[in-house]
Amino acid sequence: MRFTLLIAFVAGLIGACSSKRGTGTAGATGSDTLLNVSYDPTRELYDAINKRFAEVWRKDTGHDLRVKQSHAGSGKQARAVIDGLGADIVTLALGYDIDQIASKGLINKDWQSRIADHSSPYTSTIVFLVRKGNPKGIKDWSDLIKDGVEVITPNPKTSGGARWNHLAAFGWALRNNANDEAKAIDYLAKLYQHVPVLDSGARGATTTFVERQIGDVLLAWENEAQLATRQLKAGEFEIVVPTLSILAEPPVSVVDKNVDKNGNRKLAEAYLAFLSTPEAQEIIAQNHYRPRNATVAAKYAADFPKVELLEIDKDFGGWAAAQAKHFSDGGIFDRIWTQKAAGGATP
Amino acid sequence: MNSSSSSSPAPAKRPRSYRPIPGLGLSLGISLFWIGLVVIIPLVALVLMSLRLDAETFWNVVTNERALMAYALSFGSALVAAIINLFFGLLLAWILVRYRFPGRGLLDAIIDLPLALPTAVAGIALTATFGPHGPVGEMLADMGIQGAYSRLGIVIALVFIGIPFVVRAVQPILKDIQPELEEAAATLGATRSQTFFRVILPALRPALLTGFALAFARGVGEYGSVVFISGNLPNKTEIVPFLIMTKLEQYEYSQAAALAFVMLIFSFGILFALNRFEKARRRLPRIVEATA
Repeated sequence: MRFTLLIAFVAGLIGACSSKRGTGTAGATGSDTLLNVSYDPTRELYDAINKRFAEVWRKDTGHDLRVKQSHAGSGKQARAVIDGLGADIVTLALGYDIDQIASKGLINKDWQSRIADHSSPYTSTIVFLVRKGNPKGIKDWSDLIKDGVEVITPNPKTSGGARWNHLAAFGWALRNNANDEAKAIDYLAKLYQHVPVLDSGARGATTTFVERQIGDVLLAWENEAQLATRQLKAGEFEIVVPTLSILAEPPVSVVDKNVDKNGNRKLAEAYLAFLSTPEAQEIIAQNHYRPRNATVAAKYAADFPKVELLEIDKDFGGWAAAQAKHFSDGGIFDRIWTQKAAGGATP
Repeated sequence: MNSSSSSSPAPAKRPRSYRPIPGLGLSLGISLFWIGLVVIIPLVALVLMSLRLDAETFWNVVTNERALMAYALSFGSALVAAIINLFFGLLLAWILVRYRFPGRGLLDAIIDLPLALPTAVAGIALTATFGPHGPVGEMLADMGIQGAYSRLGIVIALVFIGIPFVVRAVQPILKDIQPELEEAAATLGATRSQTFFRVILPALRPALLTGFALAFARGVGEYGSVVFISGNLPNKTEIVPFLIMTKLEQYEYSQAAALAFVMLIFSFGILFALNRFEKARRRLPRIVEATA
């Protein structure tokens, strides 16, 4: 017993010491590695990008390239990088999450201006996913608070996607109430009364709507909604594009501290630059994200209906301000639910 | 939590050299080092992290209305689930030990599944079953009861993950109870219920209490399965671990740690009290005896 324990312990120590990551050992071995830490729904997109970029990289440098991917909720990933996950690049859902990494000194503060288009090589927006034939006749945000309509959206406290949903709804309500904020909050309060479940993440909400068959409309990323209509259960759902939505700009950045340590800054920067090439933009469009490149966008115009989009910086004063106002403790989201509970809605 | 391990009688006095594990000094040293490394140091780090808050913020974070509601929900549903598990766990252990029937081995193996299953998978499966369109949820809905996305849903999830603890704690003890004891009770004129309450139950009580405490402790901390079935509605179905996650999402590490700290104190207090209660009832020989 004693020896088994000791052996197990010593083996554990040796294992822990020797498992240091050998990243970025370029040159001598002729093989390069890159760790891309991303958020949940980009799995398919980066699978395709990595495959193509590895070919480009081999042609340019003669090196084999292995891109390692990590996917989870955007906030969770940002915390993992802050806590020491050795990401060479981050491709997350919100600028706010990369700002948090930057505030810990791992990324230069000017990250967003280093790459064109606010460091967002692709965009998306929020659309409605409804059941086949749109039985509740949902066309716009005003229809979501009609009697008998159930809305599925995740919890904005834990889900980045839900924050976009919340802000898009708020922006629409402001626009339709002559910028009267009290009325816009009132609309949000009514909206949340139609929400029976607040899943912790966007994929969870999609499951609730698609598999559990709960709710009449799902507020979703456009790419998730397209995936649901085309792949998960083709023909059972329809996408409804509201009159006004929000421009989601999922940002990308090199993690300066880590690439300097791993010696693969060049590779990381080349990878991010590749995302803006027409070739990568095609892959992006095929994976249901809106491309930035005008030519590619024109080619795939049929897939991405024109819609007026609010912008986080212009219309909401940036992520930090929106976060503090809406989603921090005691913010608009909390106040709405506190009122709801005080109103005796508790089952 | 060590009441199950200490429930076997202390070994009779033997020459020291026969002990398979070396003396107290080395054993205790290794044990303390190990516990320190994997349990105590992380917990101290947690406490230190929460102490970065000033007193007022700390107090506000851990006593605001939403937190109080979440404590009540987390501890309340864990308690209800543990009580349910106490009864059904005992029944399950009883039929597994006392009867032979086809499929008994299979049932015995199934008991452990909730421990092996990733909790998220458990949550999804339970939600599919107890959701408004699930097979059981639909029946409940007909009776006007909401299964998933309610407090009932949370209890269901905690019952699911807590079952093995009671069954596995009770099973070995039940095996050791001689049927002769019951026969003796019967020949002395005891009724069935007297035999159960005065002969069997007292012998099982330490194991039941251990199983109850384990199931309760696991339920208080459960996150993975509950987030799927609870619906996470603020002020309604928000458990403390979910509240902690929302703090982390806001990069409020210290506030998250503060909530965790309070949970830790409560849980430790409850488990410690249960442990003491059982010890007092049994008047176990003290461990010091072994050092003589």
